[in-house]
Amino acid sequence: MSDVQLRGFGWRHAGRRAWAVRGLDLRIRHGERVLLLGPSGAGKSTLLAALAGLLPEDSGEAEGTVEIDGLDPRKARDRVGILFQDPQTQLVMARSGDDVAFGLENRGVPRAEIWPRVTEALASVGFPYRPDRPTAALSGGEAQRLALAGVIALRPGLLLLDEPTANLDPAGAALIRDAVARATGPDTTLIVVEHRVADALPLVDRVVVIHPGGGVRADGPPEAIFAAHGDELAEEGVWVPGLPAAPRTASDQEPTAELVRAEHAAVPDRLPATSLSVRAGEVLAVTGPNGAGKSTLALLLGGLLAPGGGRVSGFGDRRPPHRWRARTLTQRIGSVFQNPEHQFVTGRVADELALGPRRLRKPPAEVRQIVDELLHRLRLEKLAGANPYTLSGGEARRLSVATALATAPRMLVLDEPTFGQDRRTWRELVTLLGALRDEGHGVVAVTHDADFVRTAADRTLTIGAP
Amino acid sequence: MTDQRTSPPGPATAPLARRNPVAKLGAALLFTLPLVVTLDPVTPAIALAVELIALPFFGVRPSVLARRVWPLLIAAFGVLVSMVLFAAERTGDLLFAAGPLDVTTGVLASATGLILRIFAVALPGIVVFTTTDPTDLADALVQNARAPERFAIGALAAFRLLPLLGQEWRMLGLARRARGIDTGRNPAVFASTAFALLVGALRRGVRLAVAMDARGFDSGLPRTHARVQRLTRADLALLGICALVPAGILALTIALGQFRPIIG
Repeated sequence: MSDVQLRGFGWRHAGRRAWAVRGLDLRIRHGERVLLLGPSGAGKSTLLAALAGLLPEDSGEAEGTVEIDGLDPRKARDRVGILFQDPQTQLVMARSGDDVAFGLENRGVPRAEIWPRVTEALASVGFPYRPDRPTAALSGGEAQRLALAGVIALRPGLLLLDEPTANLDPAGAALIRDAVARATGPDTTLIVVEHRVADALPLVDRVVVIHPGGGVRADGPPEAIFAAHGDELAEEGVWVPGLPAAPRTASDQEPTAELVRAEHAAVPDRLPATSLSVRAGEVLAVTGPNGAGKSTLALLLGGLLAPGGGRVSGFGDRRPPHRWRARTLTQRIGSVFQNPEHQFVTGRVADELALGPRRLRKPPAEVRQIVDELLHRLRLEKLAGANPYTLSGGEARRLSVATALATAPRMLVLDEPTFGQDRRTWRELVTLLGALRDEGHGVVAVTHDADFVRTAADRTLTIGAP
Repeated sequence: MTDQRTSPPGPATAPLARRNPVAKLGAALLFTLPLVVTLDPVTPAIALAVELIALPFFGVRPSVLARRVWPLLIAAFGVLVSMVLFAAERTGDLLFAAGPLDVTTGVLASATGLILRIFAVALPGIVVFTTTDPTDLADALVQNARAPERFAIGALAAFRLLPLLGQEWRMLGLARRARGIDTGRNPAVFASTAFALLVGALRRGVRLAVAMDARGFDSGLPRTHARVQRLTRADLALLGICALVPAGILALTIALGQFRPIIG
């Protein structure tokens, strides 16, 4: 049971000019369940880190006060638990039960009490295996439930959730929400940061919207907040429940030529034999549960991986795509990876866009023209000189799509393009892919985003359905 | 899929495999250190024979052992080649001459001695790490050898992230091909990929450290231990035997007049 009090709180990370959060006055009482909202960059994660006592005094500049049960959060760490986005960087131990025990050991809990509390925590999150299950053998959703058990076992009075389902497929995300609902009693104060607002609403009874410029913009019960500020929030990129994502971008013409075809293409242990054809002037969505081989299929179609069985062919070339030279490949098929940072090779956004055309030995004037066009089309002009690794999630995604377009490929393969994007970036991507399709490109998107399939797909292929 | 990596590579019930990890590590050191004071081939040959006799008590499957030992074969071959090419002393009977190189019994004896030493010194370490669970080792280092917790548990956590690096490296290579860069030969591409891997690894390391601290790893309280590691009489006996046996082997070598001390 914990009580949170912020008075004029602000935090500026060392070396930054702008404040991450500022001017926050907020009181959250025992047992309240709060959804924290605000556009990207409003400082939601920084606020959670401050509440968890994870901002060391020398790592930045503070303003105002923040107290948990009247204590500095750095001194109230044993009352607060926090669950982050990526389960892989939260698990410490090789065996599941040991991982839950890790936090209890740190807090000096006597050995006799540790194992009963481990068992209890695992049961409360619905962990489906024995405690000696290797953590390396868990799926993303299972690993995140284990991470939650590790936090719950410490019996925090204040539980902070920092987008805990952003890396999971819809089924895995639903399991985490159930586990949170089951494992937190009326005595736990809960603060949630979550992109997909509709998914978080069943867990909360209060919504606090923080302003990127500083301060609390709105605070109250969910219905009242969305009635009063829904349109405004949606405009800023918040996924306001009940508002349609975007109008459907259906094609007005028949798809034309076949670009790439897979015939019984398979990769042992990763993708069962799959056949499909990608056509120009069509958006094809490939869906299926986690582990069905969707990403592997994207690599096959993108000419990045050799099929273990069957064949992939296209563009009238006798050689299969994975045997093409890289510069031939980029003129035919562009690939956009799930993690944009995998694709960045230079230190500037503009160089990143120029890289592909330069490797095709295009004259400098033409390269400059391509770069300028793409910067404009994907709203990246102001970031031309920025380092790609410092971009926000939405900016990095737009840049990764732009880099694939820079070499003007006829076909585009995207792996989870809308993953974790705010509503604004999401709409831009859907509009862009629709426009590319209308220009005669073939687009393949591997996705488990149902809204994306509904809005943007001309044809859907489901693989690995049980 | 990943089960095989974490399952113990031999029956953990084997009498010596079950010993305390710190005791096993100490025993391996005690056993191998005396072997490096002499240059003769007899000492490592006897030691290797003793090690092979002890092997079944560690319950290591031969297939697993073979997989971990094969890099040593490369080292052994390297030693053989360089000794034949570069040995300064070419004593003993001439066996054959390959061009300007005289291959003598003396050269072959030195090479054999070196190769035997490589195996005799490396095998105990390989067996210990093959039969020891990393978690148990970290626990025992903390509880029985008073290693700092931050070091032992931190290393364990980092160890868990290692397999991710391999996956990451493959993805980075594919992503570079998608950007129009043929990977493989180009050292500049290798450097940029390695840099990207490093950036990713550092970020993950920082995130993991924050998550560990959020669960009280830096609380400064004395940690309790959920799993117990004890040094038993059997562990002490193992240490004792591993101190005495090499002394016996050295005594035997001296008695046989084969002892060639490394100093002097």
